[in-house]
Amino acid sequence: MVSKHLLTRIYSMTRPVLQIPQPRNLCSHPKFVHELQTRLFSDAPPPSPAAPASTPPPASNLQSKSSLNETELKKFAAISETWWDAEGPFKPLHLMNPTRLAFIRSTLCRHFGKDPNSTRPFEGLKFVDVGCGGGILSEPLARMGATVTGVDAVEKNIKIAQLHADLDPITSSIDYRCTTAEKMVEEQMKFDAVLALEVIEHVAEPAEFCKSLSALTSCGGATLISTINRSMRAYATAIVIAEYVLRWLPRGTHDWSSFLTPEELVLILERASISVQEMAGFVYNPLTGQWSISDDISVNFIAYATKNTE
Amino acid sequence: MNRITARKVAFNIHALKSARRTLCCSSGVKLPSEDRDQELSDKHGSHTNHPVHDVAIVGGGMVGMALACSLANTPLTKKLSVAIIDSNPALLSGDVIKKEDPPDPRVSTVTPATIALFKDMGAWKYVEEHRHAYFDKMQVWDYTGLGYTKYNARDINKEVLGCVVENKVLHRSLLSGLQNADSEQKIYHFKLNSMTTQPSSSSTPHGSLAKLELSDGHSLYAKLVVGADGSKSRVKELAGITSTGWKYSQNAIICTVQHTQENFCAWQRFLPNGPIALLPIGDNFSNIVWTMSPDESSNRKSMSELEFVEELNRALDSGYGPRPKSQLSGAPPFSWLTNSDRTASSADDLFEAAPKITKLASERMVFPLSLNHANRYASKRVAIIGDAAHTVHPLAGQGVNMGFGDAFSLSKVISQGIAVGSDIGELSLLKRYESERKPANVTMMAILDGFQKAYSIDFGPLNVLRAAAFQGAHYISPLKKNIISYASGEQRFPLFS
Ligand SMILES: Cc1cc2nc3c(=O)[nH]c(=O)nc-3n(C[C@H](O)[C@H](O)[C@H](O)COP(=O)(O)OP(=O)(O)OC[C@H]3O[C@@H](n4cnc5c(N)ncnc54)[C@H](O)[C@@H]3O)c2cc1C
Ligand SMILES: C[S@@+](CC[C@H](N)C(=O)[O-])C[C@H]1O[C@@H](n2cnc3c(N)ncnc32)[C@H](O)[C@@H]1O
Repeated sequence: MVSKHLLTRIYSMTRPVLQIPQPRNLCSHPKFVHELQTRLFSDAPPPSPAAPASTPPPASNLQSKSSLNETELKKFAAISETWWDAEGPFKPLHLMNPTRLAFIRSTLCRHFGKDPNSTRPFEGLKFVDVGCGGGILSEPLARMGATVTGVDAVEKNIKIAQLHADLDPITSSIDYRCTTAEKMVEEQMKFDAVLALEVIEHVAEPAEFCKSLSALTSCGGATLISTINRSMRAYATAIVIAEYVLRWLPRGTHDWSSFLTPEELVLILERASISVQEMAGFVYNPLTGQWSISDDISVNFIAYATKNTE
Repeated sequence: MNRITARKVAFNIHALKSARRTLCCSSGVKLPSEDRDQELSDKHGSHTNHPVHDVAIVGGGMVGMALACSLANTPLTKKLSVAIIDSNPALLSGDVIKKEDPPDPRVSTVTPATIALFKDMGAWKYVEEHRHAYFDKMQVWDYTGLGYTKYNARDINKEVLGCVVENKVLHRSLLSGLQNADSEQKIYHFKLNSMTTQPSSSSTPHGSLAKLELSDGHSLYAKLVVGADGSKSRVKELAGITSTGWKYSQNAIICTVQHTQENFCAWQRFLPNGPIALLPIGDNFSNIVWTMSPDESSNRKSMSELEFVEELNRALDSGYGPRPKSQLSGAPPFSWLTNSDRTASSADDLFEAAPKITKLASERMVFPLSLNHANRYASKRVAIIGDAAHTVHPLAGQGVNMGFGDAFSLSKVISQGIAVGSDIGELSLLKRYESERKPANVTMMAILDGFQKAYSIDFGPLNVLRAAAFQGAHYISPLKKNIISYASGEQRFPLFS
């Protein structure tokens, strides 16, 4: 579990720049904060105060912002058949799965006040797995009792996910849809927990994407995001290129320049009125072939965040 | 901050409205499971005659029952639906062990580590209701009379070195531990005939599960099949798991004997053709495990009871050679070899003669000695535990302890898998069990094999070296402590730590 200490470090790096006090009543004013922050921290022009009534409805506004990155999506469509091959291109995700799920279990049991000794602690909670791919994450979440919606922008992935989930009566209840986070925001869907693991590095506009995730999270809900750290480039040349990129992932699956650092992620989430509560790193041990949770967020990291309610 | 907020609110009314709308509608989102439940039951309806279980344990021997009992007593796994498949009548609950029943010649020396695990799952209290014998001393010596060594629980700050329990008592206690747990399990009194683990077709409802066919012609499905079906494991064979093994040209005679004194010590004496062990089992009874050549074993099995008791007393004390002399003070006879460090607290313990056997209390059973080890412990949807994965000779009484170690490890791994929502039949999960147990078992087997080779051959004049090894073990305290903690199941790598 990452130390409060680490978070403090990240905050102290972001706060002075932001100069932003914790906004209040954000949950009931999501759009408002959204714009407040856009105004304060982006180049976007502020909405005209002169004509509040005639401002176009937010839906059309959102439609124009798409997180889809066509080049990235094509890469996933090309290897969609291999999602459930534990030795295939998605081997790193399979290997990392128990570790990241342990983090998710412990943070979300605490968040929702659920018994960690329960077999199905998430019973009665609605989760959305954004960028679910073949369902590597959705299936365990369903087994842990959650009512899961899995969404992916690639139709082929959704087909594979559905076929695989149908093999087990428990996972066959997962609601798989080929759509995007933005479209679900338009449909005004809300979830107790919104998860987007290893997706943000593939989207067109991470900041907009985070705003959509925020809008999908209900009041008092939780958001979980994991991604690869951009600053691990040096490390990448050593073990990771060999173990992670070259051997497992087809060349070009990741575009290093699109990766975020933990500091950047905290910042863009903060702007989307989501506060990171805890962060943990995943470190890979090439000798045991296992990933483990650690304080070291320099390679791969996961953030557990809450939607601001005050 | 309030100032900024106030100013902004003024021209964001539309945003407030949309936010409210969003909130109101959140309850209207369709629950994905609602309309699917119907579909599900339709889809699987035609298969209700094939029960579906989370775990199917094939073989309800001691090790299979230990797994079932552990699963039933662990928070995350007690809700699993567990099937136990075994035609063994001992699994019928009507069968109760009576105090006056003669002791079972099949006994196990359970280590303190195993006792602790039994206590954790609430099964040890049932063992204590039956005949059992803790021992806190172990005396090992050699027929040449040149050396002996005594191990004492005190040496490792323990109350006991182990406990000898009849197999039927262990089995019964595990069954009670299972029956008294609040969990769901079903016993099928049949044998396993065949098994399919390859997904037949992705369109069948349980296509990805393992399908088991029982001897009554019925089938069932399971997410995980555990082969706990002993050394001739059908599960291992059906899963295509190969094993490596070899036979020793030696047999062991096992039986129960009676003596006049009470016994709290485990005795082992090395004879020219192999060791004989006398283990206390309580109530003036002890268990004999005597290794010898196949010819000797058939001869000793058929001789009269009186003659056999005579042979036993010769083997344990009066025959083959003199008793070793107790070392009281001064340099021990092999100090030049062992560079003695005489700090072991039991170093002054005197040599004692084993209790004199008065009567045979069971039939004599003969078993060939062999060592066998599976090359893998897991394949997709299948794991093997206990004798199905490894058989060792009864020499050191480690066989079932290794099996219990497997059962608890697998139970822990399943629990960890449940915690993170894994499919419990996933190979990557089962591999974790394998990587935890295989090195431990291989080490133990290598040691037992070495032990076997070193002590079953009569080295003639070289016995003096073997005796020196005893003396060494007796006097070199740290080494001795290691040996005891290893034998009591606490340490993985004896001598190398
Ligand atoms: C002579 C001798 C002495 C020993 N002494 C000791 C000792 O002192 N200490 C010690 O720790 N260990 C000792 N062992 C070893 C110990 O007995 C075994 O390690 C232990 O019994 C293994 O337990 P298990 O449950 O794995 O297998 P088993 O006890 O062999 O049980 C297997 C079960 O599977 C069932 N089964 C088999 N095939 C099928 C099928 N196709 N379908 C359904 N069910 C099936 C059987 O009915 C049986 O109930 C000794 C072994 C021998 C042979
Ligand atoms: C690396 S995979 C991660 C899969 C899954 N979340 C996991 O961790 O197991 C990234 C997935 O995100 C999907 N994706 C990329 N951009 C997306 C977007 N804008 N909206 C929805 N899904 C997207 C891709 O199709 C791909 O399946």
